[in-house]
Formats: sequence, C-alpha cells, structure tokens
Amino acid sequence: MSSRIDEMMQFQQTALRLREARQQLLASNIANADTPNYKARDIDFASALQGALGGSAQNLPLATTSPNHLGAATGETVMGAPVQYRPALQPSADGNTVNMDVERAQFADNAVRYEASLSFISDDIKDVLAALQP
Amino acid sequence: MSLFNIFNIAGSAMTAQSERLNVVASNLANVDSTTGPDGQAYRAKQVVFQAVPMGGEGSTGVQVAAVVNDNSPMKMVYDPKSPLANAQGYVTQPNVNPVEEMVNMISASRSYQNNVDVMNTSKTLLIKTLTLGQ
Repeated sequence: MSSRIDEMMQFQQTALRLREARQQLLASNIANADTPNYKARDIDFASALQGALGGSAQNLPLATTSPNHLGAATGETVMGAPVQYRPALQPSADGNTVNMDVERAQFADNAVRYEASLSFISDDIKDVLAALQP
Repeated sequence: MSLFNIFNIAGSAMTAQSERLNVVASNLANVDSTTGPDGQAYRAKQVVFQAVPMGGEGSTGVQVAAVVNDNSPMKMVYDPKSPLANAQGYVTQPNVNPVEEMVNMISASRSYQNNVDVMNTSKTLLIKTLTLGQ
C-alpha cells in the first residue's frame, strides 16, 4: 500500500524538485544581470521532467562546435537534464546575455507552477487521508 | 533543499550591488577632492563583478572580484590662484563623471530590488512547502 501512495505522489514530487532546481537557475541569472560575460542559462522543463521520471529517452544533444550555437549545452546538468544557454535577444557590449524581462517573467511563471504542484500534492494527501477515514 | 540556496545566490548579489552603491557614493562624494592622503587628486573607482559557483547544481552567485581605479584622464582646470596649481596654472581635478555615477547608482538600486524580490518569492514558496499537507 505504501508503495502505491509513493507512486501516486512520484510525479508531482519530481516536478516539484525540478521546479526548485529551475528556480535556482533563474535566480542565478537575475543575480548575475550585471556580471560581464555571464551567459543566461535554463533547462527545457518538459524534457527534463521526462528524463527525471525515467520515461522516454531524452533527445540526444545537438553536436556543436561553438558555444554560440543555438541550444548549445553548457556541459552542466541539473537532475540529469542538460543546462542550456538562452539565445541572446539583445546582446550587450560586455558579453552578458541576461535579459531581465525574460528572466523575471520566467521566474514568476516558475514560482506559480511550483505553487500549482504544491497544491496538487496537497490534494493527493487529502485524497489519501479521506480514504483512511473509518 | 535548493530553494534555500536561492537565499545565498540573491544574498551574494545584494552584497555585490551594495558594494557597487558604496563605490558610487565614494565617487560622488569626492567629485571635487583635488587632493587626498597621497597628495594626488581623487581617482574614480569601479567595481568588477565576477560569477562564482555556489554549492548546488547550476547555482551561480556574484562576488566583487576587485575595486579598480578608473584610468580615464583626469580633468585639468585652469585656476592659477589655487595652491595646487602646476607651473602652467592648471589644477588636476578628479576624473569622476557625475552623470555616469548617477546611472550606475540607479542600475545598482534596481538590481538590488530585483534580488530582494527573488528572495521574497523564494521565501513565500518555502513557507508554502513547509505547510504542505495541512
């Protein structure tokens, strides 16, 4: 029975941990908005979640010969998902690619989705508790 | 929990930005300091930001790598009455550009506010996580 409950919450729990990791990446981007040569980084959430759930295999990363190529991997991973550089919309003279509008929007979006995952888990817990009532 | 790490990231950025604000204040305060402890006119100072890895996966904070002297040419003002005037009657004035410093100040304060916001959002998420299932 306990493994069933585990399985029930597995998906939302993984999603929550990924949201947390992504929030950290976005916070790093915002913190380094004024650091010369810093490149904004992010993960592709959908494929990262698939990978973390051990489901279908992740797409093979594109082989690139320059870090400026679109979708180039940084070589870092977050929970097994490759961290990628965000394409620069308005490159600045100091080599920084953080676009504050994009980062703030993504940060807010990620925070709301984190809260959504939290309330889904809450509902799961309530379901289990309801089932346990005599 | 990686959400706790966001406090470190945003905190490092706030420290770095307040150091930058400190340097701006020094520069603006000494805009007319034609002589200092070494007998030379004040030279404007600038901070150099550097990205620094912080613990967890993909988290990058900021630190002030160095405070460097601005090497732009000093202002020369013709004032033969001044005791500091050279043989040609020119006084060396600090190379502080008040307009640049004001822009720097606004940029630093906006970045600081951004990081305060990041910290607040993370705090809200953490507290919601702590009350999970209640």
